[in-house]
Amino acid sequence: MSEYRKLSTKEVARFAARGHLMFEGLIGDDLNQKYIDEAGAGGVAEVAAGTPLADAYAPGTSLHALVNEPAVRGILDSLVGPGPLVDHHFVHLTLGRTQRESFGIANPMPSQHWHQDSTIDTRAAFDVQIMWYPHEVTLEMGGTRYLPGSHLRIVSEAAIGRYQNIRGQRHVVCPAGSLLVLHHGMWHGGGFNASDTTRHMVKIRLNPTVPQQRLWDTSDITPADRAQRSIFWQLAAREADDLHDILCEYQPWFEADTARLEFVNRVRFFRYLLGDDTFDADYWLTRIENQPARRVESTTGS
Amino acid sequence: MKRQNVLVLYLGDSALDSAVIAWSYWDGTGTVWRMAGDENEAPYPTGIAALRDGWRLFQTSQLIPHYPGTETQTSYLKYEFLFEQIVDVDVAAEGVAP
Repeated sequence: MSEYRKLSTKEVARFAARGHLMFEGLIGDDLNQKYIDEAGAGGVAEVAAGTPLADAYAPGTSLHALVNEPAVRGILDSLVGPGPLVDHHFVHLTLGRTQRESFGIANPMPSQHWHQDSTIDTRAAFDVQIMWYPHEVTLEMGGTRYLPGSHLRIVSEAAIGRYQNIRGQRHVVCPAGSLLVLHHGMWHGGGFNASDTTRHMVKIRLNPTVPQQRLWDTSDITPADRAQRSIFWQLAAREADDLHDILCEYQPWFEADTARLEFVNRVRFFRYLLGDDTFDADYWLTRIENQPARRVESTTGS
Repeated sequence: MKRQNVLVLYLGDSALDSAVIAWSYWDGTGTVWRMAGDENEAPYPTGIAALRDGWRLFQTSQLIPHYPGTETQTSYLKYEFLFEQIVDVDVAAEGVAP
């Protein structure tokens, strides 16, 4: 069994900034193989939307074991909190070349278009999608493609399908038993499997039932995290690991002007997570929220 | 027979000499199979580099004022430039449907 551990503030800030956390090799070989065997036998049962996670999967099944792994519970407790609901799960199985040929499939399925799951979603609250890769995924196998930092862009599902390639896009390449944890807004798509190996992945989307505020291990927050610092004119390189740096991490696909809007939206998102409307990173919100009251000059000199 | 190839470049701002941040290639000849996620390096560093390589610009996205109340909302990639190349295709030799 893995170890129960809640996420740190820096890990949650990275999730706020990038929209994902990757946990490589978290799940053991026995459970990985159990899932592959069940999926191959069509043994992943349906779950009604809105079912409490605690009731969703039968004891003895691989998905029941997955969501009860202490390390997985620590991640979920930190991001969605206690008592989440299963929105849905989806079993992904992408045939390799030899399997396609054995089934007589002449035209292989291309990669999935870029999309954002569900539909236009303007909430501060967020759903978490856990993607479990029960075997090693090589680049040739076309693991999930995703775009770090795209989760706060409000788009309409597959409307972004006209974009083929975006600077900074990533392709999941990971050891067996890895979990990719995504904010529901992440732009992503399944890749083309050019290998001879069938690729498995299962995704579970979870809805929170409590405000997602300070659910993680907040013991590492210090007064220094709230202090502002010199911006733009910086004489020396900074430590690249404080909350300001994490929340204002640049992505290579940002437009020149929208990078700053991304920072604004990340700070707003992190304020929601902290439950603190006064937090700021690198002054982005303080500046545009500053509305001094109009000074009325006295006409009597008093 | 003439066919159109379309290159779409998404740039870092509204200037053609700004950096390419995303791209798509649509092949009208039926000879090149492209799909999402198939290339991690952009074909050109900037929009103007595509012009200098012979691509003809036929459309750019407009600069649209922000709708009140949504000024800080981010959404689709903003700076879209569509280029084309008109190419001769030997339909009989290439087997391309007319």
